[in-house]
Amino acid sequence: MTEKLLDIENLTVTFPTRSGDFDAVRGISFSLGRERLGIVGESGSGKSMTGRAILGLIRRPGRVTADRLMLHGKDILKMSEREMQQVRGQRISMVMQDPKFSLNPVVRVGEQIMEIYRFHTNASRRAAWAKAVEMLDAVQIRDPERVMRAFPHEMSGGMGQRIMIAMMLVTEPEILIADEPTSALDVTVQTSVLAILDRLVEARGMGLIFISHDLNLVSSFCDRVLIMYAGRIVETCDADKLHDAKHPYTRGLLNSLPRIDKPARRLEALNRDPAWSEAKSVSGHL
Amino acid sequence: MSRIEFDKLNVWFGEETDRVDAVKAASFIVPTGGSFGLVGESGSGKSTILRALVGLVPSWSGTIEVDGVALGQRRPHSFFRDVQMVFQDPYASLHPRHTVDAMLSETLKLHRFKDIDTRIEKLLADVGLGPEFRFRYPHQISGGQRQRVAVARALAPEPSVLLLDEPTSALDVSVQAEVLNLLQDLREEHQLTYLMVSHNLAVVAHMCEHVAVMQNGEIIEVMGVEDMRAMSPAHEYTRRLLDAAIGYKRPSDDAEPVF
Repeated sequence: MTEKLLDIENLTVTFPTRSGDFDAVRGISFSLGRERLGIVGESGSGKSMTGRAILGLIRRPGRVTADRLMLHGKDILKMSEREMQQVRGQRISMVMQDPKFSLNPVVRVGEQIMEIYRFHTNASRRAAWAKAVEMLDAVQIRDPERVMRAFPHEMSGGMGQRIMIAMMLVTEPEILIADEPTSALDVTVQTSVLAILDRLVEARGMGLIFISHDLNLVSSFCDRVLIMYAGRIVETCDADKLHDAKHPYTRGLLNSLPRIDKPARRLEALNRDPAWSEAKSVSGHL
Repeated sequence: MSRIEFDKLNVWFGEETDRVDAVKAASFIVPTGGSFGLVGESGSGKSTILRALVGLVPSWSGTIEVDGVALGQRRPHSFFRDVQMVFQDPYASLHPRHTVDAMLSETLKLHRFKDIDTRIEKLLADVGLGPEFRFRYPHQISGGQRQRVAVARALAPEPSVLLLDEPTSALDVSVQAEVLNLLQDLREEHQLTYLMVSHNLAVVAHMCEHVAVMQNGEIIEVMGVEDMRAMSPAHEYTRRLLDAAIGYKRPSDDAEPVF
């Protein structure tokens, strides 16, 4: 837990707009160990941009600056695009929200998984095929040989997401960034996808950044949580203590959720305090 | 206010070997002024029941009654005034090049209302939007405000039934709270009957008195909200849905490891 896979200091993501620069992420600092780190916040809070910035996926005119963005002691921001190619997919992978938009619709599933594996390992087609089948099997896809030959549209959403996870893990990365990996899925499928991620973290000591808007899910799935608001971290806590969070924004989010066990006639609406977005970002270091 | 009754509703798509039975012998009653929830996973047929009710599916059998009158293959004009629908994604259900005013007035014109101007003002006020929103385009307003516009459009013909198809699943939780509060208020003010589809059990428990759980096109359980809150479902599948709604549970150690 004490080993830092990622060490980030003062990360800022800026997009120029007609009315001046807009900071989507405003100087956040955190680190990731071999743990499940949840990042929660509403849309526009900068949680997805944080994940993208780590992978160097912010394209111009967007700008990423940081005092430190270290992956195992090496600064990601100083890497060339060529070096980044080696990091992306091999050492850090990302699972996006909706498999429908992440898989190439005109390429067979197997080809897509094999491509990423061969890009990083120079393995033969035969070896890549075997590895891809093994991965599909690992994410509990029945009849992986058939799925290898199928096109993405022939798959259900849950299968598509498992294929994405298989594809992202075929290179055995140290860090997986999962951006809302289960919010397009049904609840029972969600449970099985989470169980797969969970076992991977446990068994292989992977670091997982789990980006989500679902507070209940994050508090029950993750080890530690960062709560983001308007591009900053407003609070950080152990996941199982999320329900005792102190910050009025976190409290507001929790109270606005309908609860099965506690009926309320009205839900609490969130009154946003401008001071929240002005307050300095809280450190999310271990 | 209206009472809706479904009796042995079957909906299928395609014929013979391609036939898919989307809804199989679904029977339930939504009482007058009640609020009824349909839950289940994607493909379980919950949205299809709403679509069958409004006449958007070509092949169905069984009976659908609204206020004791059975619906035929064609619905009377009054039906489209009495029954209105709010869709899931306000980014997709509002015309991107029509202003709020254009969308509301089109609906009002279709239903031959005269005092369109005052009605639009009233509708916007009903859903908690100020008059400044009237001439805005969808891209100029937030997701929650869009869903309010979609609700205003549904309220325009003065319906007695609102069909809510995942009305808040595209929204942030704090915005969801606002929209759910709005829907609760409107139901009281306008004495509406709600039939709501959602995969979020907490939302359905908050909004509805009765819940039907669907799986593979069949209603496997109809239960009152108290049973749901007490976590005492009759069916194993419902229990799994309820467990998943509460959060992630680590499987016990004896579960088979993948790697």
